Amino acid sequence: MSELSMHAPPRLYALTGSRLRGLSLRVLVPVLLLALWAYGSYAGWIAENVLASPLEVVRTAARLIASGVLWHHLSLSLGRALLGLLVGGGLGLGLGMGAGLSKLGEQLIDPTVQMVRAIPFLALVPLFIVWFGIGETSKVLLIAAAAAKPMYLNAYGGARSVDPKLVEMARVFGLSRRRQLLELYLPTALPSLMVGLRLSISLSLIALIAVEVINTSRGIGFLMLQAQEFFKTGILVVCMVLYALLGLGSDLLVRALEQTFMPWRRSRV
Amino acid sequence: MQLRQVDKRFGARAILSAFDLRIGAGEFVALLGKSGSGKTTLLRILAGLEPASGGRVQVPQPCTVVFQEPRLIESKSVLDNVRVGLPGDARTRQVALSALAEVGLGEHADAWPHTLSGGEAQRVALARALMREPRLLLLDEPFAALDALTRLKMQALVADLCARHRPAVLLVTHDVDEAIMLADRVLVLAEGRALLDRQVELSRPRQRAQAEPLRRELLGALGVHEH
Repeated sequence: MSELSMHAPPRLYALTGSRLRGLSLRVLVPVLLLALWAYGSYAGWIAENVLASPLEVVRTAARLIASGVLWHHLSLSLGRALLGLLVGGGLGLGLGMGAGLSKLGEQLIDPTVQMVRAIPFLALVPLFIVWFGIGETSKVLLIAAAAAKPMYLNAYGGARSVDPKLVEMARVFGLSRRRQLLELYLPTALPSLMVGLRLSISLSLIALIAVEVINTSRGIGFLMLQAQEFFKTGILVVCMVLYALLGLGSDLLVRALEQTFMPWRRSRV
Repeated sequence: MQLRQVDKRFGARAILSAFDLRIGAGEFVALLGKSGSGKTTLLRILAGLEPASGGRVQVPQPCTVVFQEPRLIESKSVLDNVRVGLPGDARTRQVALSALAEVGLGEHADAWPHTLSGGEAQRVALARALMREPRLLLLDEPFAALDALTRLKMQALVADLCARHRPAVLLVTHDVDEAIMLADRVLVLAEGRALLDRQVELSRPRQRAQAEPLRRELLGALGVHEH
């Protein structure tokens, strides 16, 4: 007992100590880089037109927010991405579930989709511009094309992942086809659908950047393009941070959706 | 429950040929057979999961099944698994709760299936099959995946519940002792035909020692000869 009590406290301290050390090691490199960047800008090693100083980036961000310029561009970009995601994700979801749930659906839909999905969506840009012009339609549809693919694949896989033994059980216990869809297929496919949503969001963000630097007069991509022309590297960094925040935010959103709609997985470690 | 002259073929392979079976109300029949003898196919025909190739199948409704695996839907609570396919009203809730209480899981009604042990999950499957007051209960090797101790407890529970609810029961198993301990009548199936059909004339509760002659006979029919 005496030995235990003698040894316990130092061990505890050692644990917290190592944890603290681990944390400081983790932040060491980012902090060093930031310091290097700040000092480099201050000392004049890094020219303003190559990379703005951290302070300048913060000032730029504050200016863009205060003047409403950032929101002016961001709101339109978000609208585009969201609309494209809804159209493409919805299409992918519908087709994927249709192909995954019925033999007929699979035969009708899957071979075609497998062929089309081999085309990278960026290759569609010229064709979509020819078809739909350079306006909003072609932009939203390109985002939709990018978002549809991962949603289709995951919905298809998810719908097919139902254990045939459970389907037998459902038949024996008189679960109607409609209730099987709602109570067995949909919940089983849900984890895959969430993965699909995650990928669809990140692809629609990539597509958003692509369509906005091609031909726009409003949007985050346009803001970047303009900044690039005038070597406003501060704005470029702000936009990059913004994209990162969008990615991070969507990840948190999907995680919250998972927690809400899949309570049976919550308690699983 | 009645089967007359039932055939089942998969391609050229005959699984059951001109098979006859009658199970009276409240009768507990165990069906023994080596793997590939057609016993599971027979059960699947009775459950309506497989059409017979020929003959007449009469199955009283409701007819429910306990499978080898629990086959619970992981996104439904234990209670909702028990009343799966039934309306979600207060009455079915009451019936499901009392069925859960009967298998000793009244406390777990709101739990998620993945939190249950194998034996508990199988008891939920039993409650699901019994809450509909089946006239025919089909048991497809329901103890095979359980550990030895849990298996003994489950067998006692099934014996008890069947004695109370009196459904006609068809138990498919390859365990001779299990068949003898539980059934009123034991059938040995070989190559799609009933090789042996014996009443188990033993008083309950049964002792292993009394069953020895019947045990030897059944094992012999299954091709196992002990010395």
